[in-house]
Amino acid sequence: MLTAILLTLLGLVLLALAMPVLAGRRIAPRLAHGGSALASAVFVLMAVAALAGGGAPVAELPFGTPFGPLLVALDGLSAWFLLLLGLAGLCASVFALAHEDAAPARALLAYPLFLAGMALTLLAADGVTLLLGFEAMSLASWALVASDHAKAENRRAARLYLVFAALAAVCLVPALGLLAGPGGDLAFAAIREAPPDGWRAALILALVVAGAGAKAGLVPLHAWLPLAHPAAPSHVSALMSAAMTKVALYVAARMLLDLGGPAQPVWWGVPLVALGAASAVLGALRANLEEEGKTLLAFSTIENVGLVAVGLGLAACFRAADLGALAALAAGAALLHALNHGVFKTLLFLGMGEVAHGAGSRLLDRLGGLIHAMPWTAACMLVGVGAAASLPPLSGFASEWLLLQALIAAWRVGDLTVQMLVLVAAAMVALAAALAAAAMVRLFGLVFLGRPRSPRGAGAHEGKGAARLSLLLPAGLTVLLGLLPGPMLALGGGAQALLTGQAMEGRAGLAFVAVGDGAAAYWPLGAALLLALALFGVWLLVKRGTEEPARGPAWDCGFAAPPQHLPFGDPLTQPTAAGMGQPLRRMLAQPVLAVTERVEMPEPGTVAPARIAMSFGDPAFALLLAPLATARDAVVARTERLRDLSIRQCLMLPFAALVALLLLVAWLEGGA
Amino acid sequence: MIVLAAILTQLLHLALVLVAAPLVVGGVRWLKARMMGRIGPHPLQPWRDLLKLLRKRPVLAENASWISRAAPYVAVGAAVAALALVPSFSRAMLFAPMSDLLLIAGLLALGRVALALAGMDVGTAFGGLGAAREMSFAALAEPALLLVALSFAILAGSTGLEQIAATFQDGAVGLRVSLALALIALCAVAVAENARIPVDNPATHLELTMVHEAMILEASGRHLALWEAAAALRLTLWLALIVAVFLPFGTAPAGFAPFGWVLGVVAWIAKMALLCFALAAFESAIAKMRVFRVPEFLGAALLLGLLGAILLFVSTRLA
Repeated sequence: MLTAILLTLLGLVLLALAMPVLAGRRIAPRLAHGGSALASAVFVLMAVAALAGGGAPVAELPFGTPFGPLLVALDGLSAWFLLLLGLAGLCASVFALAHEDAAPARALLAYPLFLAGMALTLLAADGVTLLLGFEAMSLASWALVASDHAKAENRRAARLYLVFAALAAVCLVPALGLLAGPGGDLAFAAIREAPPDGWRAALILALVVAGAGAKAGLVPLHAWLPLAHPAAPSHVSALMSAAMTKVALYVAARMLLDLGGPAQPVWWGVPLVALGAASAVLGALRANLEEEGKTLLAFSTIENVGLVAVGLGLAACFRAADLGALAALAAGAALLHALNHGVFKTLLFLGMGEVAHGAGSRLLDRLGGLIHAMPWTAACMLVGVGAAASLPPLSGFASEWLLLQALIAAWRVGDLTVQMLVLVAAAMVALAAALAAAAMVRLFGLVFLGRPRSPRGAGAHEGKGAARLSLLLPAGLTVLLGLLPGPMLALGGGAQALLTGQAMEGRAGLAFVAVGDGAAAYWPLGAALLLALALFGVWLLVKRGTEEPARGPAWDCGFAAPPQHLPFGDPLTQPTAAGMGQPLRRMLAQPVLAVTERVEMPEPGTVAPARIAMSFGDPAFALLLAPLATARDAVVARTERLRDLSIRQCLMLPFAALVALLLLVAWLEGGA
Repeated sequence: MIVLAAILTQLLHLALVLVAAPLVVGGVRWLKARMMGRIGPHPLQPWRDLLKLLRKRPVLAENASWISRAAPYVAVGAAVAALALVPSFSRAMLFAPMSDLLLIAGLLALGRVALALAGMDVGTAFGGLGAAREMSFAALAEPALLLVALSFAILAGSTGLEQIAATFQDGAVGLRVSLALALIALCAVAVAENARIPVDNPATHLELTMVHEAMILEASGRHLALWEAAAALRLTLWLALIVAVFLPFGTAPAGFAPFGWVLGVVAWIAKMALLCFALAAFESAIAKMRVFRVPEFLGAALLLGLLGAILLFVSTRLA
């Protein structure tokens, strides 16, 4: 099993290396994306086999590093995320086959490496391999974000992305070092035997939350995500959003819950719950305000990453409070939501890419009415939108139901502070879910419903063949995952046991998912059947023997039909992206996002139009990035002064450093 | 026998609530008119309107898509499915194991999204306006509803409606301040979700102030009948939910008990009539609030929910 995956990884690397040679040939993009699709399919098959039949034990790679051998393994947790990676990679690669025939060689080189890096991170069984994979993933995705570097905003996005990737490394390297302890054995098996405690544990927690959180897009380290996703090509943004953020969450789960050991205190999960809840609300709120399709989806990703983080944090809290069954529930919710989000977000990003391809824009204010020109894309997107809005019986609802049940049960932890925190987190998660529904209605309504908002959008066309397949596949999976959360949770039992020491055995069957004995249960098949019966009954009652609807001009409260020179009607009478976001902007966003609205009314008697100027900012930029940039400039200005030192001062610096180091050594020796 | 009784009660329950839904709307309208000194239309008027509209052919806008045609069915289907889960006169109906508060909230959200999408389908100004407001109000109502569900779950050990109702009917819970707070919060959420005064005016004729009606301006014929039916079903659902949780007296136990069922139906009708009267009195006594005051109204509900849950935490600690 491991051999097959490792050979696939080797194949991906060779594929990437072949790309510069084949540059400019027509076969190159097809080879790169077809090979990636094939590799992703292998990932899916191997992951399912590992989940069903137990994983593969630790194996050594045939080459090592000065720090020791490179170890790989495939356990339940790795296999679960490998399944997610394979599904997202398969859909994204098929989409790329349809639309990326003109991709430059630098993107073709990076794409297979990106996949290979993520897979290696998941397979790693020691710290060095993990970092190797993680950094390969970061660098390859940076190259992909920067692939369209002619545009200034893309260069800016790529630069910011690189800074955050470096931050993640700066945090994760010492965190792994601390986990390994003075012995320095970076193999996961050795770390598990000596879990950290005391100040070392607290430091590891902070470093991992910052490092993995920066990569996953947790607030307040999310600033790169909404810039990088729109800059990358659609299939890459799908993969980044669906798989890469999840790989970062996998790293957090692996290092905090698995390697951190079961003996951690209750507060071990608190940072993840708090930051996750904040991410969920901020992401969902911003998704209601954004006016560019992929930026909107990127914020929705921040929301969902937050939800998964809340689930992981809760699992840690429950485990510390000796509530094993609830810990498994929370871990199951987090894992299932990661998988569900991975699939439906792939669908949404690819659908948005299809829209950009067919209708020539991703700006919500230049689209509209695409359900007529692109019926297949619209139907698939409707499934994805429904799942993102967590509507039953789709996949998003199943995992959010589990997460909310875990939050509702969290008062059993017993500590009053944790209870209060979790209470607020529960309200925030519910708020985020409802805000996400609003954002998704806004997205679908503006893009696919109503009238076209631009001539180019009116002439949109539908993708065929592979492009359609790449949307139908995740749409079908979204429905399937929504109907079968029980079997999926049973399949992921190994992963839950790794994270919490207990699986959801007996509480996740073919047709149901239950919180516990005698507690609430969700019957997805039953709910779907009930809904279908109700729909059929209503249809039978109402529809029988009635004639087809007549067609006429829109009633529109009796407003006159638009003049001839406005073929799509008066554009101003259709809601705009800003208009659809206005209620939430005024109700919720004002205090959080520093919204400013200025209305300019013309003088009475003049014919100038009234204008409204609206803007909002992200607190992460104002409170975190701006001070950091100022501090950097100040430090640079200070260090610049070193250039002007005289030779005497220059010589004094190394001497002072030497004396200081000697003093340090003397002090350390004296202490020991 | 038990299974047969479960199926029978489920069917009877569905028939009862489907007949009752337009009557609830008509009854509230009639009561309101009487309280304001008008004669008002007959309580059966919504039923008559419904039957008339169902026979009429709808007129769709030229650029309406299949969303406009499918959405009314989805909305009514979701409302019926949700209503099938809320117990009325008897315990242990067929779908009782599935009757979970979060699932009911999800089904209501499904109906709401169908309504909002239908409002945006033709691309008219009012439809989009209504859709944006409806989704925003729901975003504020949902956390309050979850906190209420959380309070119930602490007391009953589950978010399953069947279990909550059983626990509260036993009287083991007793009178609690938290429950009073939860009741107020739940009522506020119900008012907002059903677009009643003071959040929205169901009888308005000024488009700019509409929320719910703005989205169905383009609907006609049987589609309009379906939208009206969905609204009536939703109102019935919320009232039935409050009845099931806070007034569970007289509900028939599980098993085959025709006498208990008759008693249960009579008790349910009496309780629903009481709530209709309360709603009419509340709506007559209060004015509609500005759209941007609604967050304060629902924010208060959220705070009450929070307070109720915190009180429960403290009291379980003392007990």
